[in-house]
This record gives sequence, C-alpha cells and structure tokens, in this order.
Amino acid sequence: MTTTAAATTETTTEPKTMTGAQLVLEALVDQGVDTIFGYPGGAVLPIYDALYQQNRIKHVLVRHEQAAVHAAEGYARSTGKVGVVLVTSGPGATNAVTGLVDALMDSIPLVCLTGQVPTHLIGNDAFQEADTTGITRPATKHNYLVKDVAQLARTVHEAFFVARNGRPGPVVVDLPKDVQFASGPYYGPELCRPKSYKPQTEPDHAAIERAIDLMAKAERPIFYTGGGVINSGPRAAEMLTELVRATGFPCTNTLMGLGAFPASDKQFLGMLGMHGTYEANLAMHGCDVMICIGARFDDRVTGKTSEFSPNSKKIHVDIDASSINKNIRVDLPIVGDAGRAIELLLAAWKKRAPKPKLDAWWKQIEFWRARDCLRYATTKDVIKPQYALERLRAAIQGRDDVIISTEVGQHQMWAAQFLPFDKPNRWLTSGGLGTMGYGLPAAIGAQIGNPGALCIDVAGEASILMNIQEMSTAVQYRLPVKVFILNNQWMGMVRQWQQLLHGERYSQSYSEALPDFVKLADAFGGVGMRVDAADDLDRVIAEMIAADKPCIVDVTVDPNENCFPMIPGGHAHNEMLLGPEDHKSQDPSAREEGMVLV
Amino acid sequence: MTFLSNEPIERHTFAVLVDNEPGVLARVIGLFSGRGYNIESLTVAEVDPVKQLSRITLVSSGTRMVIDQIKVQLDRLVPIHTVLDLTDGGAFVERELALVKVLGTGEHRVEALRIAGVFRARVIDSTTESFVFELTGSSQKLDAFIDIMRPLGLAELSRTGAAAISRGTATI
Repeated sequence: MTTTAAATTETTTEPKTMTGAQLVLEALVDQGVDTIFGYPGGAVLPIYDALYQQNRIKHVLVRHEQAAVHAAEGYARSTGKVGVVLVTSGPGATNAVTGLVDALMDSIPLVCLTGQVPTHLIGNDAFQEADTTGITRPATKHNYLVKDVAQLARTVHEAFFVARNGRPGPVVVDLPKDVQFASGPYYGPELCRPKSYKPQTEPDHAAIERAIDLMAKAERPIFYTGGGVINSGPRAAEMLTELVRATGFPCTNTLMGLGAFPASDKQFLGMLGMHGTYEANLAMHGCDVMICIGARFDDRVTGKTSEFSPNSKKIHVDIDASSINKNIRVDLPIVGDAGRAIELLLAAWKKRAPKPKLDAWWKQIEFWRARDCLRYATTKDVIKPQYALERLRAAIQGRDDVIISTEVGQHQMWAAQFLPFDKPNRWLTSGGLGTMGYGLPAAIGAQIGNPGALCIDVAGEASILMNIQEMSTAVQYRLPVKVFILNNQWMGMVRQWQQLLHGERYSQSYSEALPDFVKLADAFGGVGMRVDAADDLDRVIAEMIAADKPCIVDVTVDPNENCFPMIPGGHAHNEMLLGPEDHKSQDPSAREEGMVLV
Repeated sequence: MTFLSNEPIERHTFAVLVDNEPGVLARVIGLFSGRGYNIESLTVAEVDPVKQLSRITLVSSGTRMVIDQIKVQLDRLVPIHTVLDLTDGGAFVERELALVKVLGTGEHRVEALRIAGVFRARVIDSTTESFVFELTGSSQKLDAFIDIMRPLGLAELSRTGAAAISRGTATI
C-alpha cells in the first residue's frame, strides 16, 4: 500500500475544500466523534472558532489540560470509543503530557490535537511555543506535526487508526495556526491508513492448538488476564467468562483487568500482585500452566522476577509483540487480539472437550482462600477505610450502571480489593503511571459518556487536591459525579512505605492544612458531606447516591491503617505480608534489598 | 535486570526500513536511550526516493532477551516498515567507510603511504605534509588500519558506521 490517499481519491470525485480548522472537525465527525475535552488558547483559536459555528461536536471545557486528557481517558475506557482532546500550544501541550503518558502506559486510545505556533515561527522560541512533537515522542504511541493543509485530513484519520488499532494508545496531532487557517481538500477516512502500520490481530492457529495441549494436561492451571481483554471489547470479556467456566480453571485479574471476569464468580481469585489476594498470588506461584491474556507481567504483578511462578509453563497472548518476553520468559507466545485468541481457545477447547482433574488444585486454593486475607480489625472508635468501602459496596451491589474511578494510593488498592466489578468498562484507574489526580477528571469523562450512570471517584484527601479544580467542570455541565474521600490525613501509601521500609520516618507525607472539603464542595456549587462515625456511613452514602449535583463525601478514616496483603519490593509471590504482625517478623536485610525498588 | 547478568552479550546488526519523514531517526534513537539499549553504530540514508524510504543499519549489543526486545520494539514504531536482524538471518556482509587524516613528513609519511597500499586504502587528498585516506572494509579492518596509523601521524578520523546487507538472493 504505497498509493497515497490523495492520489487515489482524485480519480473518483473532487474533494471538498475547507479551512484547516473545518477539516479537523469534519474528520472528527467522520471518525464518529461527538464529544471532545479541551481548553482554548491562542494557537487553537481557529478550531475553537469553527467549533462555535457548528453543533455536531460537543466541547467539554475542563479547568486544566491534564484533566482534559484524564477525562478523555475516562470517556474512552468507559465507552470503548477513542477519547479526543483539544489543547493549545506550549503550556497547553506540556500540561497534557502527564495524561498522555498515563494513556500510553494503560493502553487507552486517545487523539490529542495540540495547537502550534505558525509554521514560519517554529523554532524561533515564539510565544507559547514548545517542541510538542519532540516532547511527546516518548509520551505517545505516535505523533504528527502537520505542516501542509493538504495532508491534514489524512493525518487526522491516520491518527485515529493508530490510536485504536493494535495496542491502543495516545496519538498527538500538532497543528500550526497557519495550517488551521489555510484552505485544503477534505478526504474521508476510507483510504487514510498508515503505509507501514499493520498490527497482527489474528493469532497463530497452531499456537492456539499447542495452548490447548498444555491446558488439557494441566493439573494446576490459572488464567491471569489484564486490560487487553477490556480493550478488546465487551464481547472479549463475555467469551473469557465462558472460557474460564468451560475449563473450570481459576482466574485472577490485574488491576487494569478488573471486570473482565465477574468478581462474584466462584472461580475468581481476586486481583493479583503487590496488593493482590493471598490465594491469587499463591496460585500464580504454584501453578503448572499459566494462561496470560492481555497482561504484561508488570513488576507490580510479578514481584521478584527470578522467583516468579518457577514451575509453570507460561502461555502469553498479547497484541503487542514487545510485551512478550520483556520481563518474564514465556513458553508459548501468541501475538494477536485478546478477544480473537479467547474465541479460538474456546472453540478449540469445546471441540476437544478435555476433562482435567482439578479437585486437588481447588482444594489447595480453598485452603489459601480460607486465610481470608482481606480481613481487617474493626473497632468502634474509628472508621476503617475497608469498612467504608464495604458499605459503599453494599449500596451499589447489584447495580449495573456504576462506574468507579480512583486516584492513586492506598484507597485505590482498597477499592480494587473491596468493590465488586462484574463487567468490563466500569473501573477506571491509573495503573501503569500511577497518576494522582486521575480519578475526578476520569469520572467526569465517564459521566459525559454515560449520562445515566452512577460515577464515583474513590479518592484520598491528598490525591483529590491534585485536580480538585475539575469540580468546576462537573458543576458547569451538571454532572452528578461523586467523590468519596477516604480521608486518613496522610499520603497513605507513602506513609505505609515509610513505616515499613524507612524506619517510621514520616518525611513530608502528612496532609497538613487540609481544606474543609464540605465547604469546598459548597464553594464550587456542589454538595459536601462529612462522615465521622461508622453509623452514619450508610445514610450519607445513600444521600450521596441520590444527590443530583457533584458531591464530595469526606470520610474520616483510621490514619494508621495499612494496605495488606502486600508483597514488599523485591520479594516473590509466596513471601506476602498479610498484616502488621508479618512485617515485624520479616528479615531486616531482605527489607533493605527491597528499599531500592519502587 | 540483574538476574540476567550471567547471560552472554551478543552483537547484532539490524537493517531497518523506515518512512523518510522528520522525526523518524529521533524515534529510533529515543527508543534506544529511553529503554537503555546501547547503539554501537547507526547509519541512515534514503534508499527509495519514490516510496520515500530510508534504510537504517544499526549495530547493538545485549543479552538475547535485549536483542529480541530491540527487534520487536523497533517493529512497533509506526513509521517503520521492516526490521531485519541480519545476525539472526544468516549470512550477511557488513562494510564501513573511514576517512583518515595523517600528518607527517619523511619516513613516517612514506610508511603511512605504504601501509595504506597494503590495506588498499585510497589517497583522496594530499599536501606535502598530509594525506587523507579513504578505506572501506569491516569495522575490524578499519580498527586495524587506524591502530597502525596512530604512531604514523594520525590526526583526524571520520567513520560512517556499518552498512550491511544479506548475502544471496534474499531481499528485505
């Protein structure tokens, strides 16, 4: 495919001519976009002017460009569509960078349009100039600088193709202001594909058969699945559920993969990894066949790689060949789309109908499960954060329209452990980059994409302050997002590590001078509530859910609670700490080794 | 990745076909610096003006796992068409060009010219006190020539890095 779009379409009909700004909007509409998140500025004024004169695309005005990207991520993750961002040059683009890297790490499809100074000023250190393509090159899946209006439509379409195909990710299109003013031809999306980008989606069928060979003979198998299944679409999650049930194997999900398999299912072992369940991590450690689908053996999942699941044959399905054999050597790599691979595995399994004997394995797993690793000590005096989430869980249980986002830290891990995710696209969290401030804008994006849904940001008092300005956005668009703050007055995860690994020297981790969140919500035009007593939780949660405005609930929780289970840095899956007592008995030299890891 | 430290280090030559567009080289180099891979040499030039393709020849070294990662990481960059690990792909030829400036008079000058003849280097510039030699060959041959020239008045050196192509009828 070396024929350019321009050359091919010329022979059919004469393309319509319009300004660069109009070309951009026309391309967005043709890509099925009806909502974009952005913030205006000098270098994108022509596009904002074109937006003003149309009604096909709704623009959501955020209060900070980072939040525009997170909102687009929340929108994309909860709807399955490509999220679109529009920001200006210079600071607009640099503010977006954190969100772009976040989307890159978590494989979220985004197209981010950035304004740029006019082409003749590029390189002159002009006002609000930044080398956007240079800065975002390692922050995106791909980026473009459009210097010729004739290439504009093709480039925007290509950006969408790259963002959503293969392993999804963010794509930046940098648009100099003179290109937005210039007139050029419009080409539709049909022929605008990159010449060289052809991701492999169809798995090797022979490899699928070999996978079934391994699975059929397995005595201690486990499914370990991740965000790739979610990215492949809701059908992939349904088929995964069918496959897991057909095989009778246990299944664990990564943080990004929660919801791909119903958490309420008996075969679900919970999340795995650093704060995963005892049964999931020990099953990973002790399995003889591991079927990894759409996950990437991240260090938060594997712990110490040299001791990771030492006696298993590993099957790895991933659409990104570079995810395979990056951290952990696998025995059977399968490059392809997760959903397609699951479909083939399911068909092949049904055809052969093996009956592996798994009774002993399940007996072992039930033994681990009986440790009840998520249990915590309740007291009358303080609200345990886990208890607050259990009450939230009780309030949303059974509802199909709940979308949970989180910030980053202890509350995020507790939310992953305690909230029920039975379906995909209802769990929005910053897994790879771990971006504090992600949750509120992500909830806003999710609420925009799912107007009737109950969108709750489970937050910490430190994280929420990183993008608290987005309360304004929520109020402006009458979005009834809920912010459920587990307020322990500490950067809890930092404090936990300082306690466990740094001799209880709590350097800069105390949340000093906190605002009054109730008044803050009120000042923004939302609703604020505080909970100091466990008995009030149910009532306040009910009021929060009923509120038709943006709502902040500030729950005062135990400031000393730590998040367990925990695999300390540099340790293997079978070296989990289940509670504070475990930590006291830990070998101090092993602790020092773990300190250098993040 | 300390647990891999016992694995042997391999040297591999890659041929990479890319769209000749701004930023593509920065993408490749950024990938190497960002992921901590090492570049021993890198050469690039347009090879197909009609399709606007450039070819990068890249020499790197690392453990087997790193070498395999380099290939797939390059392969997923959008403007990259083909990545070929020539070292894995069987027989290939690899050549590098060096321009070597040697200053001197008298015996050293005569000896430099004699050695250049032995290595089949060409004299492409000369004054009464200097030569510029042009030498093509394997990187090891260039190293050997340069080592000999050092005591004979080696003053300046320009090397291209390796260009490589597979032997036989196979093409990229």
